[in-house]
Amino acid sequence: MFEWKWDFVWEIMPRLIEATGNTLLAAGAGYAIAVVLGLALALGQRTPYAVVTFVVREFVEFIRSTPLILQIFFVFYVGPQFGIRLSPWMSGMIAIGLHYACYLSEVYRGGIESVAKGQWEAATALNMTTAQKYRRIIIPQAIPPALAGMGNYLVGIFKDTPMLSVIGVAELIHTANAIGSENYRFLEPYTMVGIIFLAISLPAAGLIRLFEGRVRRKLGL
Amino acid sequence: MSLIDFVAQFWPRLLSGAGVTVAQFLLAAVLGVAISLFMGLMKLSTNPLLKGAAVTYIEIFRGTSLVVQLYWIFFVLPLFGITIEKFTAGYIAVGMNIGAYGAELVRGGILSVPKGQWEASLAINMSPAQRMRRIILPQALVNMLPPWGNLMIELLKGTALVSLISVADLMFQARQINATTFLSAQVFGAALIIYYILARFFVTPLMRWLERTMSRKMGKV
Repeated sequence: MFEWKWDFVWEIMPRLIEATGNTLLAAGAGYAIAVVLGLALALGQRTPYAVVTFVVREFVEFIRSTPLILQIFFVFYVGPQFGIRLSPWMSGMIAIGLHYACYLSEVYRGGIESVAKGQWEAATALNMTTAQKYRRIIIPQAIPPALAGMGNYLVGIFKDTPMLSVIGVAELIHTANAIGSENYRFLEPYTMVGIIFLAISLPAAGLIRLFEGRVRRKLGL
Repeated sequence: MSLIDFVAQFWPRLLSGAGVTVAQFLLAAVLGVAISLFMGLMKLSTNPLLKGAAVTYIEIFRGTSLVVQLYWIFFVLPLFGITIEKFTAGYIAVGMNIGAYGAELVRGGILSVPKGQWEASLAINMSPAQRMRRIILPQALVNMLPPWGNLMIELLKGTALVSLISVADLMFQARQINATTFLSAQVFGAALIIYYILARFFVTPLMRWLERTMSRKMGKV
């Protein structure tokens, strides 16, 4: 039986807290990329050009059905083969941002499709351009129904950041691996990482639900 | 080296990796479905102890990352005298993780069965077990199969993480080939395509077929 040592836990906590910062930063930056790129991918499937719709649709399907960890490796290792060197952070953010952009594009698509047809017709009747229609009429109404899905993927991206450890991003699991092999103790670092994940993702999920409810009430839904 | 030349040279290793991935997928799927059913039913139980156990299980596995769970099962459990071979640890971790997500689908599916069905089975004097097995679960299954399709794709992608504990799956073989040949674009590209084929031409059609068969059996088509 292996004994749990509290003084070892206190000794490694500063490093784990620093790594938590990196994890949150990676999740935040990846999500920011995904939110913007996801919208582009959603709108890309609504152009009048069938070829564009087809290509974007297949691309989203491809990214969604292949493992994120493989995509991370792909971005990190393939660049140098063509003379583009990306830092682990850069390639990690590209891979995770793109992966979640594809998920978010589906959420946006659902939101946009849920806007009543009359809204489009009314916007056309008011002689709005396509850009105006989206920006002023459609997107504001598409966001509230998409909020729940968007929130789930925010928590999802946070839980997927450990995959960045494979290319050397110093997030929680990477740090726990390092602590474990330096001290030959894996119990405390891995357990603490699990607890830190729980301590962040459970309240985050609750907060997101709260926020979603408030937005819905404010918009009178 | 072109992708075709590359596959012509390395296909035996890619194929053996894909075989391990499929094995991990199938074993994890069986475990995941069993856990989903148990935990989903337990969460609906009126017994606070059973319900509490299910809620705890679901929150822990959904609140932490699969990578953390995998490392915990593989590196930490042996410290308590439970040594699990890496292949087994791999599908157990993935299956337990998917089981937590599946439990919510089972719960939702059961709750979506109309109240009249419960009352009718009570009226014809069925025991709770009979009611669940013969009336509620079959109908719940039809309702929850579409989201299970997505979950099965997540499961397939999740199996790529077992490469982190050196199970020789497709992801692991790809990393090994990459480390010796530096043909990153070819090897990771080929692996991405294989995962895509597995998802798009095996898992998704199988789930669609199940959906169709089940709804036909229930007389819904």
